Amino acid sequence: MLAATDTTELALRSVRYRSALLRAINHAGAGHTGGSLSCIDILNVLYSRVLNVSPQNWASPNRDRYVQSKGHSVEALYVVLAERGFFPPEQLATLCHYQSHFVGHPTRYIPGIEMNTGALGHGLPIAVGMAIAGKLDAAPYRVFTLLGDGELAEGSNWEAAMLAAHYELSQLTAIIDYNTLQITGRTSDVCDNSPIDEKFAAFGWEVHSVDGHDLAALAKLLSAPAHGAAPRCVIAHTTKGKGVSFMEDVAKWHHGVPSAAEFETALAELAAAERALLGDAE
Amino acid sequence: MSAPAPSMFTPAALAQAERLGLRMGWPNLEVFADTLLELAERDRNVLAVTSDSRGSGKLGPFGQKLPRQIVEVGIAEQNLVGVAAGLGSCGKRVFAVSPGCFLTARALEQIKNDVCYSNIPVTVVGISAGVSYGALGSTHHSLHDLAALRAIHNIHVVAPADNGETRAAVEWAAALDSPVYLRFGKAPQYHLPEQFGPWRPGRARQWGTGCDVAFVATGETVIHCVLAAGQLESQGVSCRVLSVPTVKPLDTAAILAAGRECAAVVTAEEHSIHGGLGEACASLLMQASVSCALRIIGIPDEETVTGSQADIFRHYGLSMEGLTAAAQRLLVTVGATR
Ligand SMILES: [Mg+2]
Repeated sequence: MLAATDTTELALRSVRYRSALLRAINHAGAGHTGGSLSCIDILNVLYSRVLNVSPQNWASPNRDRYVQSKGHSVEALYVVLAERGFFPPEQLATLCHYQSHFVGHPTRYIPGIEMNTGALGHGLPIAVGMAIAGKLDAAPYRVFTLLGDGELAEGSNWEAAMLAAHYELSQLTAIIDYNTLQITGRTSDVCDNSPIDEKFAAFGWEVHSVDGHDLAALAKLLSAPAHGAAPRCVIAHTTKGKGVSFMEDVAKWHHGVPSAAEFETALAELAAAERALLGDAE
Repeated sequence: MSAPAPSMFTPAALAQAERLGLRMGWPNLEVFADTLLELAERDRNVLAVTSDSRGSGKLGPFGQKLPRQIVEVGIAEQNLVGVAAGLGSCGKRVFAVSPGCFLTARALEQIKNDVCYSNIPVTVVGISAGVSYGALGSTHHSLHDLAALRAIHNIHVVAPADNGETRAAVEWAAALDSPVYLRFGKAPQYHLPEQFGPWRPGRARQWGTGCDVAFVATGETVIHCVLAAGQLESQGVSCRVLSVPTVKPLDTAAILAAGRECAAVVTAEEHSIHGGLGEACASLLMQASVSCALRIIGIPDEETVTGSQADIFRHYGLSMEGLTAAAQRLLVTVGATR
């Protein structure tokens, strides 16, 4: 387990990431707010505690690989990469602007991003290829990919899931940002994909469930070393819009951009959360 | 099961081939497989990725000799290309091999995003392309691949005509740091005459300098243009034949010269008449204000006739006889007959 101070430090980071991604979306006038808020704790833990990847080892063939299959939540990835030093945070002010490299979905123009994603159902096959390459070379790196729950309707995921078990890719972890919402509404109403755990288990994966906002639990689970033969599926139960009361669990915030008043309210809530955490830390 | 396949060449075409001293070679598919095996034996980062397609890709010997360098994904073309991109991003020189029909339709989005947009050096290999599968029908034909891939940024689109172009293209693609699409069929091919000169990436290869008719062709239709040109030459019609293995980027200089210098240009491709080499030439010529008589010979926009590859070629005029007649008709329309 992480020490309490470690957890508080992580929690502070998450709150600050939330404010930063809202600022970026507000400035751009576009973005995928709800999904970015639901996966930010996962990204925080990955980049703070799990992935062996940094601006210093970015060119190393042995770096850990992270592929964001739910590419629409790129704002979450951008703020984390900026804070981790992959590029100056002020560059994010150009998000979605004319001639900016900060496109509304991940691209390899941005240091720290492995692949251009955004069309759904692509990340897992790519991650499987990366993991096979690592296995062929007996390389030490691990491969992580983050998928949305609505995204699991794409058939290519299941082609890749089948192959990952066939090749016994234990160094591969697929994290599902299981916020139960997609653009139209409840995933269970659009095309019910439950039970996800049993589906991945039936495809030969080792399946774990975790509270996707419990930073300590995420850190413990995701940093556990690869073992055995099965690829690992982590179903992270999350809340879309997490951290901003009026955005939580509301489908319209999938790509909703806050009004000026909503933006101020959201920042005030996050500032209060930050103060509370700082109080805890004292 | 299937009816005996008639020859791709009529007795008259075979006689013309003999007159031109053409030698029959191997299927380009087999030359591809042999070349890939040689490359992979020298470099363990060269991988073949297959979707239950090692047999149809003639990669059985590859799989037996280098089992660690063949990645089988099962019948799953989207996954084939996604996995290939993942492998390529980790430094592997990947050849993703699957029938052209499935690879460039079902996995088009993976080619577009995972390979081209992400700029991963994967060679996407469409085997048994065009109408190679003949009477198996339109599910198995790839008559859209050149058009679809021409409209996608950051991929070389290459259809070798003969064994020499195939070997050169495979070696070139393996060394290139950006995406390539290679397509070929499975029927044995004549070697193109040596007068075509050497393969150079992105360049057309030219046979003859005649100024009545220019045949501009790609892939396995080039040889039929050579035979037609031979026949026309014997009738006093001067010809040139451009073999255009690289459909994108196009060798604009060679094609513009053909348009400027020749009375008539006939294009040929084992592809829909829409969006392939012919329309690429038409666009190039018109936008350069080069006016010439032009005919695009390919598969028209209709339900493709049932038959062997040879039947289909002949039905749509992709034959010595058909191409000769197309050129003659075109010359009549421009009043350039002798
Ligand atoms: Mg969702």
